[in-house]
Amino acid sequence: MINWGYTINKDSSIDYDKNDRSLFCSLVKKEPTLGICMACGECAATCSASQFTTFSFRKTILLVQRGELNGLEKEISKCMFCGKCTLVCPRGVNTRHILSLLRDHLIK
Amino acid sequence: MGFDLFILPFTAGLIFILGYFVIRSLIWIVQLDRDDKMKFIKGIPSMATLKAIREVIMESLLHRKIFRTNPVLGYMHMSLAFGWFLLILFGNIEAFTINPGTVHPPYYPIFLRFFETATDFKGAGLFLFLMDLFLLLVLSGVFLALMKRFRSRSLGMKKTSSLQLHDKIALYSLWIIFPARLLAESFTSGIAGNGGFMTGPLGEFFASFLPIGKLVYPAWWIYSLSLGAFFFTLPFTRYMHIPTEILLIFLRNYGIRTNDRYSSFTDIEVHSCSRCGICIDPCPMTAADVNTIQSVYFIRNVRQGKLQPLTVQNCLMCGKCNETCPVGIDNYALRMIKREAFNNEEKNKYDYIPELISDKATVAYFAGCMGQLTPSITRSMEEIFRHAGQEYVFIDKNESICCGRPLILNGRNKEAVELIKRNQDIINSSGARLLVTSCPICYKAFREEYKLGMKVIHHSEYINHLINNNLISLNKSNQRLVFHDPCELGRGSDVYEQPRQVLKSIGSLIESEQTKNLSICCGGSLGNSVLNNSDRHKITRFSLENLTTGDPDRVITACPLCKRTFAQVADDIQISDLAEIVALSLVKSAELTPEEEKVMAETE
Repeated sequence: MINWGYTINKDSSIDYDKNDRSLFCSLVKKEPTLGICMACGECAATCSASQFTTFSFRKTILLVQRGELNGLEKEISKCMFCGKCTLVCPRGVNTRHILSLLRDHLIK
Repeated sequence: MGFDLFILPFTAGLIFILGYFVIRSLIWIVQLDRDDKMKFIKGIPSMATLKAIREVIMESLLHRKIFRTNPVLGYMHMSLAFGWFLLILFGNIEAFTINPGTVHPPYYPIFLRFFETATDFKGAGLFLFLMDLFLLLVLSGVFLALMKRFRSRSLGMKKTSSLQLHDKIALYSLWIIFPARLLAESFTSGIAGNGGFMTGPLGEFFASFLPIGKLVYPAWWIYSLSLGAFFFTLPFTRYMHIPTEILLIFLRNYGIRTNDRYSSFTDIEVHSCSRCGICIDPCPMTAADVNTIQSVYFIRNVRQGKLQPLTVQNCLMCGKCNETCPVGIDNYALRMIKREAFNNEEKNKYDYIPELISDKATVAYFAGCMGQLTPSITRSMEEIFRHAGQEYVFIDKNESICCGRPLILNGRNKEAVELIKRNQDIINSSGARLLVTSCPICYKAFREEYKLGMKVIHHSEYINHLINNNLISLNKSNQRLVFHDPCELGRGSDVYEQPRQVLKSIGSLIESEQTKNLSICCGGSLGNSVLNNSDRHKITRFSLENLTTGDPDRVITACPLCKRTFAQVADDIQISDLAEIVALSLVKSAELTPEEEKVMAETE
């Protein structure tokens, strides 16, 4: 077959009915400040690890919210736990606690 | 010499407790690490033993450290411990005086007034007086202990420790022992007339309206039973601290310490905690209404094997409990060990960090993550470097890698290793002779965890060095400055004087009430990853209140994290880092100093 240079994109739809959101719900119970995150991205802007990688707290939370947990384990293992995200968060989200809880849940 | 059935509960209790403690101590000593055992063996025939004996007298009997915390509280502990000791000592001396040259059973001096009713032996008057005096001393302590349980504030403690059932049983038996002895001796004196200045008149008084002939036996029985109950419960309660603390003092004087694992010595420390609760009030977490994690409860949980992760994690790691503990237990080290135990797997991967190389200079400057968040501090530092004509390189100006201490503080030591190695390589590649850091957290990590080919100093030490060598000079004003000691710099790294020396050349230095090693954590600590913001702010306000009571014009700290944390709640007071106020006060001369000229020539 002739290669025309076109392919079919991988489906990027997010199905909230199928995705497992239980982790996000249990995290909010353990650390209620997760619920007040407005995804402004200040955490991502200041993150020590995001200088070198695509890891950021904002992205992590978005994926957890959607229930897209594949590969998340590898992502959060890049965190240096330096605490800059907690300090810059304008909403007072306890980012380090959430990352610790996530880490305990995902990496067992 | 006599015998009566009522001595049995006491004697059985005494045999039990002595046997238990001897066996327990032997197990502890046998299980000491090899190095610790060598220190123990070498220490016994040395001066350390004499020092230990002195410390046992000063601390275990006289409770000097508690006296310093609060005189009434000190008196309470002293009267119970020293008073009881004197009762035993003089009881034995009196027993020897009555029956010279004979060996008496151990119960005999304890129940001496019952067995010896004669008052015609040599020195009888003196003994009767002294024994009543010592009993009065102990009773005054028991009275204060009762008051402390119902109104701890009257003894200078806002909160005292809450007790469990078995502790309460031992506590109530302890309370009964001495009033029961008073009654028993008074009743006997009412019949036989062998009382001192207190038991004598009391005996006559009771005889006037009570059938004391029938009450003598029950009173002595209660005395013996309460002693027996106390001895039998002792090993399983906080009172195990009484014998264990003596062993602890000896081992500590032989140079044995808790390092990075739970050793036999650590177990001795855990059993030496008297749960006096003196650590509760100074703990900053108390200001955030968290009342379950203080060292007294943490150590109790460790001892009972009921440690919950939250008890370990919900702590600022400020180290203040170490400074206030009258027994000198290293709570900080124990907490670090337990944090690591909850978190011992290597999970993070930092292989994404590229190989970085620093520019070369004689002085390397490391701002740290917290320094990155406070650009006014790093700008001030750069201004100071330039002004002093120092050739420097700003290592983490662009790419910054965490020093690893936040991971270590949270028990993730193994993960920190790679970050440490990366940073170490970058810093060493600068070829500097001196590393200056603005962040006390990094400073402690560099000093304790890194292998660097240069001297590490905090910027407060560096600025003090520049002033002493006339490399910078500062304008002095009459503003009143109060200094907040950051936990990691003061208690953590023992740097107290240098920042104060610097401040003295800028304005007039005032001290807050709780200062230096008693400084209150700002609440921003990276050691706690579970505390929420509103609770943190309670701690920050509590700490700021202590700093501002002397009405200063400015609060100065030497830590970017402390500065940021205070600035979040401070409404009517300016918070500055030491570097900022130094940069503001620099004397900027029109002429260049020789050093500046040299630098200018080099840059051109």
